[in-house]
Amino acid sequence: MKHLLSIDDLSTDEIHQLFETAADMHDVQSREVKKLPALRGRTVVNMFFEDSTRTRSSFEIAGKWLSADVINVSAKGSSTSKGESLRDTVLTVCAMGVDGLVIRHPASGAAVQVSQWVDAAVVNAGDGMHEHPTQALLDAYTLQRHLGSLEGRHVAIIGDLAHSRVFRSNIQCLTRLGARVTVVAPPTLMPSGIGAWSAAAGFETSYDIDSVLPDADAVMMLRVQRERMSGAFFPSPREYTVGYGLTRNRLALLKPDVPICHPGPMNRGLEIAADAADAAQSVVLEQVSSGLAIRMAVLYHLLAGDTRGGIA
Amino acid sequence: MPATTEETDPGTDRPDRTVLDARDISRALTRISHELLERNKGATDLVLLGLHTRGVPLARRIAEKIAAVEGAPVAVGELDVTMYRDDLRSQPTRRAHKTALPPGGIDEKVVVLVDDVLFSGRTIRAALDALADLGRPAAVRLAVLVDRGHRELPIRADHVGKNLPSALAERVSVRLAEVDGSDEVTIS
Repeated sequence: MKHLLSIDDLSTDEIHQLFETAADMHDVQSREVKKLPALRGRTVVNMFFEDSTRTRSSFEIAGKWLSADVINVSAKGSSTSKGESLRDTVLTVCAMGVDGLVIRHPASGAAVQVSQWVDAAVVNAGDGMHEHPTQALLDAYTLQRHLGSLEGRHVAIIGDLAHSRVFRSNIQCLTRLGARVTVVAPPTLMPSGIGAWSAAAGFETSYDIDSVLPDADAVMMLRVQRERMSGAFFPSPREYTVGYGLTRNRLALLKPDVPICHPGPMNRGLEIAADAADAAQSVVLEQVSSGLAIRMAVLYHLLAGDTRGGIA
Repeated sequence: MPATTEETDPGTDRPDRTVLDARDISRALTRISHELLERNKGATDLVLLGLHTRGVPLARRIAEKIAAVEGAPVAVGELDVTMYRDDLRSQPTRRAHKTALPPGGIDEKVVVLVDDVLFSGRTIRAALDALADLGRPAAVRLAVLVDRGHRELPIRADHVGKNLPSALAERVSVRLAEVDGSDEVTIS
């Protein structure tokens, strides 16, 4: 694998390999010296054209713990705010001898486009409403730690599907690992063409959260992405919560110890109640530490070996 | 995994010559166990760390033998040095393995690194670096089943199962029951 642009770039074997490497990397977090020398002398640039806390700092720490030199470039304060094109910004940065480029961009397809311009290994850290592969990997990795294998397990993905790149990556990753997935959203927040898509990809759709929760082995809540909403998708936040939020009452519908995920940032009180976010079965913070391990694994696999000739 | 001659390679045409059979291996490990105990004056503070892949079962076997003599269990762990290798760059990405330290850690302990073949010494160099990141042992020793020479670094083993002078072009293969189904050391 030269780049990580989409879950589709990975074979199922490679996904399992990344998980194994991530498990090794996980141990580093509990060590006193949190440093491995594998990427010494490599340079990784984080280019974030969209706001982010966890993904950017996670990639930054992951790179640093592997001893790479990590530089952050964000849209604010970079030459893009002076009108430079994405291509020129990327080529300028890569002319400085960069080995890895982690990019987040509001335009779907930005990472794929960038990968065609540069020699560096490109990691898609979220492109518009398209994909966010490392998030899907860390979600599946976290669930696997709780459920053992995902084969035959029932995962419910609930929330703003239409605007969610997390959902698009997750559906590929989870179905590839053998999970049974049901997605739940109000009709206005279902992606268009979901009928044909779900039939082809083999997942189910529902508008009724209360009928899905009792059967779920894991619940993944998605953020209501107000920044991407141009129209009125639901009458009021309150109505969304009543219809599709993981409230205290709905928590009681779940089987005991069913892990609750949320990719963050959470809108507490909107898609997830504080009772659910802080419940003992919530794995939200564990997702963050898993994310670090997964991103270390991804950077290691992309950058540690001989990157000139591709991977044998 | 390691592309050095430590690997088994059943596919070669040259005839394999068996240097150590299962009984020889067992005897060598028994002797190493006794040497370790003698040198350390008992099993206190001893930590055996096997290097992936075949050092791990060897470390376990030595631990069993020591436990049988001393009547108390010895701390065993496994150490993966992939991230610390100096040849990461020149090869396709290597699979990493698990590093598992015994619950007591390695601080102020006498750590014995256990590996199957000592060759260039580069794996041991990487292991020493890895140890430095994991803690500060009181002392580090090295036990290997086979020393085949051709060192590229100033490193030597404290306990050797068999010294096996070899030509650079020869292949030394260690097979262990836990990994390969049978115990044998061959040269070809």
